[in-house]
Amino acid sequence: MSVLDIIGGVLLIVGSVFLFLGGLGIFRMPDTYNRLQAGTKATTLGGMSLVLGVGVLEPAWIWKSLIIIIFIAYSNPISSHALARANYRRGHYPYIKSEDKEKMDAYQEVVPHKKEEKEDKA
Amino acid sequence: MIYIIYIAFSLMALGMIFSAIRFVKGPTAADRTVAMDTLTTIGVAGLVLLGYIFERFIYVDVALVYAVLGFIGVIVIARYLEGAL
Repeated sequence: MSVLDIIGGVLLIVGSVFLFLGGLGIFRMPDTYNRLQAGTKATTLGGMSLVLGVGVLEPAWIWKSLIIIIFIAYSNPISSHALARANYRRGHYPYIKSEDKEKMDAYQEVVPHKKEEKEDKA
Repeated sequence: MIYIIYIAFSLMALGMIFSAIRFVKGPTAADRTVAMDTLTTIGVAGLVLLGYIFERFIYVDVALVYAVLGFIGVIVIARYLEGAL
């Protein structure tokens, strides 16, 4: 085994472990925002290192692997941000204890909650 | 080397199974979309690894196109959920 084989194997193992942790976080987390956090960040690191590992193992493929890595690195945070924004504006709010609500839900100042207005009217 | 590939595919299959369970039983539409995004990314990595095993360079192109289409799909679903479409 050469040095490139060892580096590529370590990158493959790290990438697949992070992909597995992303899937486990999707299954395990209690809230939509927690699922976004677990499923997007871990999957970004896992996919990037696995594709880089294949590019290291097969050095003729490194340029297209780099294109895929760059695409994953900018498309995954954008889609995560768009989904979180859409979910908040739609009326599903993160579960926070009521005494911490002023500190932790700061986006409420920009987009006011829908449900509280209805409850005030009722 | 072949054992490393076995371990990698087993872990990716477990991640895909957990994401598919969340895709089936997720309470809201956003949960299902997150699960679909995760499935797409794991699928892209799996396609690249399959291309390395079969020694076919065309699989990498397929993975790139699949990544683009999954990204556009998630963006479109997010805009629809927001009410902008």
